Amino acid sequence: MKISQQDIVHLVEKMPAFPKTVHRVIELTSDMNCNPKDLVELIEHDPVMVLNILRLVNSAYFGLAQPITSVNHAVVYIGLNTVKNVALSTATIGVLPKRNEAGFDMEAFLLHSLATATIARMMAKRMKVPSKDLFDYFLAGLMHDFGKIVFANFMPHEFKNALKIAKENNIHLYEAENEIFNINHAEVGSLLGEKWQMPQSLIESLKCHHSHKEGNSQIIDLVSAADQVTKELKFGYSGENLLEALPKIVTKHFGKDINAIVSDLGDVNAEIDNARIFIS
Amino acid sequence: MKVRFWGVRGSIASPGPKTVRYGGNTTCIEVETNSGDVIIIDAGTGIFPLAQSLLRRLPVKCSVFITHTHWDHIQGLPFFIPLFIPKNEISIYGAFDPVASQPIKDILNRQMEYCYFPVREGELKAEITYNNLRERETIEVGSARVTPILMNHPVLDFGYLVECDGKKMLFTGDNEPLYNIYSPDDDYYHEYETLIAMKNKMFIDFVRGVDVLIADSAYTTEEYPSKKGWGHGTFDSCIKLAAEAGVKSLYLTHHEPTRSDDALDVIYQGLKQKYSEPFEFRIASEGLEVEI
Repeated sequence: MKISQQDIVHLVEKMPAFPKTVHRVIELTSDMNCNPKDLVELIEHDPVMVLNILRLVNSAYFGLAQPITSVNHAVVYIGLNTVKNVALSTATIGVLPKRNEAGFDMEAFLLHSLATATIARMMAKRMKVPSKDLFDYFLAGLMHDFGKIVFANFMPHEFKNALKIAKENNIHLYEAENEIFNINHAEVGSLLGEKWQMPQSLIESLKCHHSHKEGNSQIIDLVSAADQVTKELKFGYSGENLLEALPKIVTKHFGKDINAIVSDLGDVNAEIDNARIFIS
Repeated sequence: MKVRFWGVRGSIASPGPKTVRYGGNTTCIEVETNSGDVIIIDAGTGIFPLAQSLLRRLPVKCSVFITHTHWDHIQGLPFFIPLFIPKNEISIYGAFDPVASQPIKDILNRQMEYCYFPVREGELKAEITYNNLRERETIEVGSARVTPILMNHPVLDFGYLVECDGKKMLFTGDNEPLYNIYSPDDDYYHEYETLIAMKNKMFIDFVRGVDVLIADSAYTTEEYPSKKGWGHGTFDSCIKLAAEAGVKSLYLTHHEPTRSDDALDVIYQGLKQKYSEPFEFRIASEGLEVEI
């Protein structure tokens, strides 16, 4: 079965925000003196909201010379109130169905996404990435599997089949997706990134997070490693049952296996708990 | 070019015995080039007396640039008489609203809907065009060039740079200097500082050396802490901006609606004593005309 790029983009543009975040944004902004940084933090934990905001400020309406790459950047440029209202308006588009016909557990998926984002950011920080660039790692981690949401919600039966094939044949989910859709979640994610005029580095990281090759950017390598750490520590579930090898740059810096990364990072749980409250 | 102030009040029109000298009308600035091109920035209640003056120059051909669509900057538009007269040509410019997903035309026309106003936009007789602007997109108006830049306010807000015959003026629209939303010990503090510095530098470069800077100075520095985040500057922040950008003169506007003429005089005297900047600065008043 083949699906067109336009079909996917059309479907995903209707994707709503996390219900918990919707409630929190409304709650927070009902106080006109709400703390701006609380709002930014809240928005940052919601990939759909982040994407809607970034897509908007990077859209042709603004025609900005430089792409806006973070919520903070957007706040500086278009102001907190505009960001707040964009967040609210995108949040009211609708609410993500708690269940989909594919039987794909959204809560587990969201935890997997947030944990990958958090760990990618922690790893980048350990590797002395400048603080202004850390959000790029967070966002790339948050979005890495975003293509799966499209499949689960809008092509549930086919996606359910892909999940089944991956499990029964002991193959990667993206391999099963390729068989069934002739496209996989990484490519779907990158198509969306392009359509939404996201920075090229982010698009690239979405596209390549399952392809290990020399010359991949550090973002791709760290997101891939964070993905493995998240799976090993069982933070949520994204339909993938197999681990992948760690990229060279990661083993060189942190040590040979996942345990080495975990012990180097310190208290991963506390960091992820901060993220967890948004989906509990 | 000539710059005329038709409205200098912020938030809401404030007529009365205490605002006679500086004026009670909300924001409206007219720029007339040496060739007679008319550029109007904002359509607060000050656009009504401006309309009276334009009626002596029929047919009217003018361009209206809206900094943002808060009431005090648009509420005079339905009473802009040239809109009702055939053969007048009026171009209206402003930002597409990303939150409402509405073009400037729809936002402005809402205030002429049946329940708010007796005449619908469709019944206006002038030739009216609406244009959504992008930041830094330069519009040619006769011999002048007008360029918008994003400012900091609780709604999308453009400052406008007008250049003509080798002279430049810039109106900030409503604007609050950027401030860091994080504490120094927060992770994002330094990132945010960097972003603010970048934005400030871009703006200073844009303003640099203008002949006339007109800036939002709604509050005193003492009043500001309780108004933080409301989207307005202070007298001190405007003078600081003018000094950094090396402007030739500064006009302070968007007077707080409860501020009396006497209170503005006292503030001005204080500023004169406090600052000895190499540029002239004045408090803008309704009816003031500045020739550049």
